Amino acid sequence: MSQPRTLLDKLWASHEILRRDDGVSLLWVDRHLVHEGSHHAFAKLAAREAQVATPELTFAVVDHYAPTRNRGQIADPQIARMIETLRANAHEHGLQLFDLDDPRQGIVHVIGPEQGLTLPGLLITCGDSHTSTHGAFGALAFGIGATEVAHVLATQTVWQKKPKAMRIRVEGAVAPGVTAKDIALNWIVRLGTGGAQGYAIEYAGSAIRDLTMEGRMTLCNLSIEGGARFGMVAPDEATQAYVKDRPFAPIGEDWTAAVVAWSDLASDENAEFDREIRIDAAEIAPTVTWGISPEQALPVNATLPDPTALDAGKAEATRAALDYMGLIPGRPLAGTPVDQVFIGSCTNGRIEDLRAAAAVLAGRRAKVPGLVSPGSQPIKAQAEQEGLAEIFIEAGLEWGASGCSMCVGMNGDLVGAGMRCASSTNRNFRGRQGRGARTHLMSPAMVAAAAVTGTIADVRPLLRGRAP
Amino acid sequence: MGGWTTHAGLAVALPLANIDTDQLIPARFMSVPRADGYGQYLLHDLRRDADGTLTEDCAFNAHADASILIAGENFGSGSSREAAVYALVDAGFRAVIAPRFGDIFASNAVNNGLLPAQIGAADYDALINQLGGGTVRASIDLEAGQITLAETIVTFVLDESWRIKLINGWDDIDLTQQHRNSIDTFKDHRRRTAAWAWPAAAE
Repeated sequence: MSQPRTLLDKLWASHEILRRDDGVSLLWVDRHLVHEGSHHAFAKLAAREAQVATPELTFAVVDHYAPTRNRGQIADPQIARMIETLRANAHEHGLQLFDLDDPRQGIVHVIGPEQGLTLPGLLITCGDSHTSTHGAFGALAFGIGATEVAHVLATQTVWQKKPKAMRIRVEGAVAPGVTAKDIALNWIVRLGTGGAQGYAIEYAGSAIRDLTMEGRMTLCNLSIEGGARFGMVAPDEATQAYVKDRPFAPIGEDWTAAVVAWSDLASDENAEFDREIRIDAAEIAPTVTWGISPEQALPVNATLPDPTALDAGKAEATRAALDYMGLIPGRPLAGTPVDQVFIGSCTNGRIEDLRAAAAVLAGRRAKVPGLVSPGSQPIKAQAEQEGLAEIFIEAGLEWGASGCSMCVGMNGDLVGAGMRCASSTNRNFRGRQGRGARTHLMSPAMVAAAAVTGTIADVRPLLRGRAP
Repeated sequence: MGGWTTHAGLAVALPLANIDTDQLIPARFMSVPRADGYGQYLLHDLRRDADGTLTEDCAFNAHADASILIAGENFGSGSSREAAVYALVDAGFRAVIAPRFGDIFASNAVNNGLLPAQIGAADYDALINQLGGGTVRASIDLEAGQITLAETIVTFVLDESWRIKLINGWDDIDLTQQHRNSIDTFKDHRRRTAAWAWPAAAE
């Protein structure tokens, strides 16, 4: 009998070209996704007069700087130049580009799965830390820096030391109004923002099996916010059903062979993990961040921490966070007035997210302004067809085009200094959404609840009598 | 990128936890070509007021000549932006010493000759106490895995493969090209045994 193996072991072994004496592996890359931010890597390639080694496995997309309005004429010359540079690089190297006017355009981590580029059993890299999203399909997917992007472009391989394996089991059923976002924030609070550094996380347990592919993507997406470069879920029937018949997905004999190969992609029964965490799904409440790190999050009905009640080490960080966020210690988190809302991003910009927000907003008016930016143009079209766009517009929110938008603010969608934003995004870092901006992370339904009440609010009462 | 084994310079403290990459370099500066230099954007919003002037209440600002940064835990967490490393390197830093680093940041650092040296919590406290708001002459020995700050000697943790890489200043692409035959063989094998892993031609 061979040693029981984890999903990580299997994915690693199937991509390992060689391993050096110092333990670092050279891995084959099945899909390499690039965006405007990859300009440093293309410049490195140009400096060596090198070409992209495997253009047919490299896909480029305009997302980080993609305007959410007036796409025809980009006012900011710096933004226009970033997009132009990607076009020129894609053209020069013969890469498939999902450009601004392409109906398939969207955020890289949304369109990879949507187009069937993301499959179980693949190794996927991208110069973006939220590449772990693709792990939701049972792929080995991780974010890399510009030097590594240049390396993948030039060789279709990446050097990487195998991480340790952690399994997070979430067992039981989540309560209505509780989402994958809440599961993610929950484990991050428990382990801390650096708690999973050096690990690849496999999410398992009945609550994870019950998640849709969209939910699994949200969960894997947020792995890096707990420090893990990799997050993954073993593929199952839901995965296959999602992938089948997507434009770039295998067909015919290849599909049959793929399904056979994927059936082995699960951790063996007695596989050993370096660390195991178990979470009871029933204990998870709708969760909101109050501070400037994703670990600074609480159930919506909790009160804000009081630094005087904490030990010296934690007190200082808590005080600084409350101060930046303009919050008073010991007060209830719910009821905090917000200035604006944002729904979108690679974390929570998918159709299911828009449906969940629309279920709260239907027939109601938002008390504060806000922007909804779908994760991709196909999602935008679908939401318009389903009548969701109309609900957002009637509620008084702006319905924009797709891109990274206000999650990172590179396209000019910024939150003003001192302004408080309820946001379905992934980072509440100081200045992330704009200098001095105050970000509260939460699920899309919770953002909708913040919109209709003008405050941080529990979505559950607002869902009563409505289909969640 | 040249390798290095020892470095001597001034150490400065940034005693804050969770200095994420968004703080190291705010996203709005990342469209700048590398040749233009990233040093002025390092910790921009922490060090500068709204019109870009360096603020006086940031102790860090008084020491532009420092090349060794002692920082709080979870340094470089967040995004994969290598620009965070460029900002440090272009501002003259050769080493960051902290109790913990973001994984992607640390690997980006090594790719640019910047040492991410991990130290224990007690050693961190000792170094911070010694530095206060000023600078102290310090030296780093990669082979010994030690930092000497005045009289204090602290041992740091560094992955062996990273130590070798920093010392040799290796370029990974050059190294990898030596394995071209293995890569080609692997690719052929994967093509034959997992044809499904290639994207179907979209119409």
